[in-house]
Amino acid sequence: MSYNWNWDIFLSPTPSGESTYLGWLLDGLQWTLTLSLGAWIMALVLGIGLGVLRTVPNRLLAGSAAAYVEVFRNVPLLVQLFIWYFVLPELLPTTLGDALKQTDPLAQQFFAALLCLGCFTAARVCEQVRSGIAALPRGQRNAGLALGLTLPQTYRYVLLPMALRLILPPLTSEFLNVFKNSAVASTIGLIELSRQSQQLVDYTAQAYEAFIAVTLLYVLINVLVMFGMRLLERRTRVPGYIGDT
Amino acid sequence: MKLPRLSPLVFGGVLLVGAVQAPADTLEKIKDAGSITLGHRESSIPFSYYDDQQRVIGYSQDIALRVVDAIKRELPLPDLQVRLNPVTAQNRIPLIQNGTIDLECGSTTNNTERQKQVAFSTTIFVVGTRLLTKKASGIQDFSDLAGKNVVTTAGTTSERLLRKLNEDRQLNMKIISAKDHGESFLTLETGRAAAFMMDDALLYGELAKAKRPDDWVVVGTPQSLEAYGCVLRKDDPAFKTLVDATIAGLMTSGEAQTLYAKWFQSPIPPKGLNLNFPLSAEMLELYRNPNDRALQ
Repeated sequence: MSYNWNWDIFLSPTPSGESTYLGWLLDGLQWTLTLSLGAWIMALVLGIGLGVLRTVPNRLLAGSAAAYVEVFRNVPLLVQLFIWYFVLPELLPTTLGDALKQTDPLAQQFFAALLCLGCFTAARVCEQVRSGIAALPRGQRNAGLALGLTLPQTYRYVLLPMALRLILPPLTSEFLNVFKNSAVASTIGLIELSRQSQQLVDYTAQAYEAFIAVTLLYVLINVLVMFGMRLLERRTRVPGYIGDT
Repeated sequence: MKLPRLSPLVFGGVLLVGAVQAPADTLEKIKDAGSITLGHRESSIPFSYYDDQQRVIGYSQDIALRVVDAIKRELPLPDLQVRLNPVTAQNRIPLIQNGTIDLECGSTTNNTERQKQVAFSTTIFVVGTRLLTKKASGIQDFSDLAGKNVVTTAGTTSERLLRKLNEDRQLNMKIISAKDHGESFLTLETGRAAAFMMDDALLYGELAKAKRPDDWVVVGTPQSLEAYGCVLRKDDPAFKTLVDATIAGLMTSGEAQTLYAKWFQSPIPPKGLNLNFPLSAEMLELYRNPNDRALQ
């Protein structure tokens, strides 16, 4: 195997001399974290709202939430990203579209990726919230309403507090997926973690070191997320519903 | 729609497995397998790209096929199978190293960093890096780019040059790195960027694909000269000698000039446009004295 290993590459200065290659990876890590956490917050807020709508006794609301889910769940993530980034500005009125395209490219890439990841993940969170609510005995909803709570109050005080605690384990998977899916942003030029590693390969031709380092960084992020979610699960566990794991 | 780029995680894993089994003697490997795998590009017009029937064509692809003919004669192996494997600017070097492809002729610049990992054949083309812009934009040279959005393709020498230029001359450009030449041109065409920096020959190639080729113009002083070579594995003298001799033979026999006329000065697919790219002094010199020197 004709390969020159060189682990010192991470400490050598980049061509512009401002940073080291390790600095590049950490910059990329920051973008990955900002993008993923932003998209996750968006997905939680939107997803919980949509999940509630899917279960309300109003066919129009439930139907539109279902339509949202089908659209965003059935179109490949990469296609969605290209639509947000390349197609959307062309659909806007010409002056607005042109103004948008003249803004800072980094901001354009970031917000296109944020909207794309947030909307995509929201569809998946929505389905989990819906299954969480559906898993509760029907008596809970009826009891809430019989006590004189309005429908929104029943969701707020009875259904959601239970449902959200039930769906924590699958939500953990979605949370992990957001970080991994954020790598699609590299295809529109956002210099996040996976893109930085490719950049590092381009500049140094040290492919193996770069990919190993970036693999470890992704694993590190996900181990931390798993650990945090496990703690949260343990503290919010509903006795009798989810076993002690 | 193309497949998404493999996540680095998966890719890293594949590399690690592949690393162990990379062959040392390519000719031996080709003989054992009865086949050779060529790496090619998807949108490096007119070097290596898909025509409208998804066949791989181009100047570099023609050269690669000449090398395949020479291998058939050398081994001898008249029924040698040729497999084609599309590569990107990012994965071409690892794929050579791990033995997935045996030879890549596309638009790969021969430079000293890359020479630490792979070997380069005799140079097949010499380009300068310039700018593609709208005729109406008024951009004449690199100094006109101050404060503007400029696009280039990720993983290319142009990207490094552009970043360095931006630092050195404090131009305050916003640099967009697109994932391939096609996407770079889309970024330029949709008005996201004022100019596209790339190897001049490739810029002429993108121009040939444009909806209205007359709207676009290639401008600017070349920022650097780059030598394109075919990529092969390091420390494989038998294979390199064969590839080098084949390419040098094309050049000294005048056949390379015929290839040049075919791809750069005649109508080419997919639109039947003529690039009208004049033969440079550097190319004439290369045809007289073939060599495998890096210019970077």
